[in-house]
Amino acid sequence: MPFVALFEMNAMNFVTNLSYMAKGMLGIFIVMILVMALTYLINFLFKNRNNKQ
Amino acid sequence: MTFIQENFGFLYENFLEITWQSVVMWIIGGLLIFLAIKKQMEPTLLLPIGFGAILVNLPLSGAIGETGALTTLYNAGIANELFPLILFIGIGAMIDFGPLLSNPKLMIFGAAAQFGIFFTLCTASMFFDINDAASIAIIGAADGPTSIVVANKLGSSYLGAITVAAYSYMALVPIIQPPIIKLLTTKKERMIRMPYKSASVSKTTKILFPIIITCIAGFISPESVTLIGFLMFGNLIRECGVLDSLSETAQRVLANLITLFLGITIASQMTAEKFLAVDTLIILGLGFFAFVFDTVGGVLFAKILNLFLKQKINPMIGAAGISAFPMSGRIVHQMGLKEDPSNFLLMHSIGVNVSGQIASVIAGGLILNFFM
Repeated sequence: MPFVALFEMNAMNFVTNLSYMAKGMLGIFIVMILVMALTYLINFLFKNRNNKQ
Repeated sequence: MTFIQENFGFLYENFLEITWQSVVMWIIGGLLIFLAIKKQMEPTLLLPIGFGAILVNLPLSGAIGETGALTTLYNAGIANELFPLILFIGIGAMIDFGPLLSNPKLMIFGAAAQFGIFFTLCTASMFFDINDAASIAIIGAADGPTSIVVANKLGSSYLGAITVAAYSYMALVPIIQPPIIKLLTTKKERMIRMPYKSASVSKTTKILFPIIITCIAGFISPESVTLIGFLMFGNLIRECGVLDSLSETAQRVLANLITLFLGITIASQMTAEKFLAVDTLIILGLGFFAFVFDTVGGVLFAKILNLFLKQKINPMIGAAGISAFPMSGRIVHQMGLKEDPSNFLLMHSIGVNVSGQIASVIAGGLILNFFM
């Protein structure tokens, strides 16, 4: 018996769920860029303050 | 004969309950114990899981069932996600975000290397319903606690297989990643040098960072707030400088204690009837697929960035964006040294690796947002 016959497979689901891939990857990039920007900001703010001290 | 059966039957009647499925599960348990001891592959988890797999597959095992000790532990620590979350405090206390904070642009690679999760989600959805597909895809987070929490919250019935796959592939990162990295890069690319400028990071930054990450994750993906919150709480204990004793306890005693129970409790889900199915084989295959495409995503993203950058990046560091910490970072460093013994990539690769830890938890949170 061919392997696929052992298991139900719906290839269209791959295409349907590509939207989750797009949303997920976009979401994760946005969050990480936001974190990166805030890290630069706190690095900038608190490095200067510490140097003055 | 009847006399023996009547008076001594209790000594052997359980042997009659042995099935070939139980025997296969003992072999799997034995194999996990062998890998843990002989090959030192994630021994803290694979050993308890292996022993537990044998324990729960003994005929009429009293360890599981309604009043079984492992069932009680499962309900007390896994079904409500308590064990993996507490373990995250320990992991957070172990992580030094210093290399990442001194070079924040590395964070972007952590995001790219989560590609395998979402690609696997689409692929797994061809075989499983969407909640199970999402739970399987999160194996690509290369992060045990995240896999357990997501699979549990989404009500997946494949928790045992997912956890075993997640921890096994994490242990196999030194075998899985190098051939893929080599396949996707040229020798010239692997020899690219990345000078490291050590920038001092203030204590205030180190204290604010876990708080800020928790807030961002909480606003964007409320479902991930416990995951990221516990991880960052552990890190805050480490960095605050006034809780050294707690930090040490979290890193050692707490993490060890939870790990001890986590492995054997997960094994309660590895009964033959649940584990020996075509589904399990497909899950193991999809888990591998997720790890491969995480690596592909990270390396290709670095190569794409190189098309636009004046100072080129060694594309191998993209592969360290999967959160298998610190193995992935070390592998990239070692591969760099192999090509050029004076090329030290460790600080970059560990920075990317740490960003992968954050990104994988956020990916878990996004998946929970989508499907809960």
